[in-house]
Amino acid sequence: MKNETSIPARYLPFGDSALLVEFGNTIDPETNQKVISLDRMIQKTKIEGVEELVPTYRSLLIRYNPLKTDYETLVSHVKTLENTLKKAKLKTESRNIVIPVVYGGEYGPDLEYVAERHGLTREKVVELHSERQYRVYMIGFVAGFPYLGEVTDEISTPRLETPRLRVPAGSVGIAEKQTGVYPCEAPGGWRIIGKTPLKLFNPSWQPPTLLKPGDAVRFKPISETEFKVLVGGQ
Amino acid sequence: MKVFQVLKPGFFTTVQDLGRFDYLRYGIPICGAMDSFSFIVANLLVGNHSNDAGLEMTLIGPELQALSEAQIAITGGTISPRINERDVPMWQTLSIQEDDVLSFGKMESGCRAYLSVRGGVNTPLVLGSRSTYVRGGFGGIDGRQVKSGDVVEGFGASPLMTEYVMPGEFVPQFMRNVKVRVILGPQADMFTEMGMETFLSSAYKVTLEADRMGYRLDGPEIEHKTRADIVSDALFPGSVQVPKNGKPIVIMRDAQTTGGYAKIAVVITADVSVLGQARPNDIVEFVKVTMHQAQEKLFEYRKLLESLERILAKE
Repeated sequence: MKNETSIPARYLPFGDSALLVEFGNTIDPETNQKVISLDRMIQKTKIEGVEELVPTYRSLLIRYNPLKTDYETLVSHVKTLENTLKKAKLKTESRNIVIPVVYGGEYGPDLEYVAERHGLTREKVVELHSERQYRVYMIGFVAGFPYLGEVTDEISTPRLETPRLRVPAGSVGIAEKQTGVYPCEAPGGWRIIGKTPLKLFNPSWQPPTLLKPGDAVRFKPISETEFKVLVGGQ
Repeated sequence: MKVFQVLKPGFFTTVQDLGRFDYLRYGIPICGAMDSFSFIVANLLVGNHSNDAGLEMTLIGPELQALSEAQIAITGGTISPRINERDVPMWQTLSIQEDDVLSFGKMESGCRAYLSVRGGVNTPLVLGSRSTYVRGGFGGIDGRQVKSGDVVEGFGASPLMTEYVMPGEFVPQFMRNVKVRVILGPQADMFTEMGMETFLSSAYKVTLEADRMGYRLDGPEIEHKTRADIVSDALFPGSVQVPKNGKPIVIMRDAQTTGGYAKIAVVITADVSVLGQARPNDIVEFVKVTMHQAQEKLFEYRKLLESLERILAKE
């Protein structure tokens, strides 16, 4: 495992106005931390021509204005930053966020399936899902959708073969070892095990999402009554 | 200021500007006009800024009643506009009087047409843009396509003293057969040599699953070396994903912001608009260009826009 850190980042062209910096091809906190650190460093440095940064599991997309810079110039700037990053061992602050969830029933129509598939009781699935702390690896798919990882193998479950056309806002799902929350209604194939009354996205917030990459998330089981109170309280 | 009352909404009509930037990292797509060139020209013809909001109309245009006197322009796919049953030209400034009815015929070429209004359409600015993001339910008119009974508001502006016409040689022709230029990568190394050859030498047909989110294409299967899946990373309009079935999907403006299929190439900026005018059953061919060639094209495209800005309304 040690030598994985020595895999050099790959610099790849992404059309005529973006650069992709890829740190390996795995989902793990170390790789993701490199992405987040480079993201923050570029934000601080303000490189000429850089317009937008999109951090994901293991890569950073850098969108630039080709009228202000060019691919080669940008690559050399970013490489310099990446090198200082390697030496600096940048630690970035992360926040702890608790997401209340009512599990099962109409709120989590796939809880039963996940339990059955793994020969567990529903209660055990809830316990396993809510006892861990998850890392927000990235926000993607639809507005404010957090990709969280990783659930234990004991409840890791593949996606539905045929995705649902509508998954309600607030639904908490599992896809293989990932878990996530649908911030708005969307089509989707994740196994839905519960629902949160918490709002994860609001276009009038700045920034518009509750979570950001690098944050630590825990799910807290709540009752249907608590759920209704919390929904009413918003 | 009330500009139009929607009598019929058309097939899919939305408020758009040039898009919502800086929010991809929050999972919010760029949105904005699918054919930004035609969109910008529509604005220039009524003396607006390039980014002022207008209506994007898809295949079947709406029927709109003017609620006030206004100057408008219609560009993009050929859609035979009429004011009170009288044919009016596209690609030039038009005047419309209160109570006039603006309607459209069948779209004969292209897939999307644009309607600009002097002063721009006025909807709330959401995260820096007025573009409609239907899946997120925000932007434009209540985050949805327009429907009968909607009132389209405008900012209003003093009328232009001159009417403008787009010079004929600059009016784009929308073909049923388009060549789009691409830069290979970022995951081109996940495809076999034969797969790459297939991608660059085949004609792909636009399927019925082609909308503002993306274009699924049908044609010869592109061969991967071993697998089609990657650890999900960022998508951007023009990205060409190839899932396991070997059929390319071109990501467009309302697409999800991340995806887990290998991207064989990315369409150059200047050609994303061209693709935005393709409709089901059209043929798409991909042509490889270098980064340098793509930038030349982008400079040419910017120069063209700049010269149009000089020729067209500047008031």
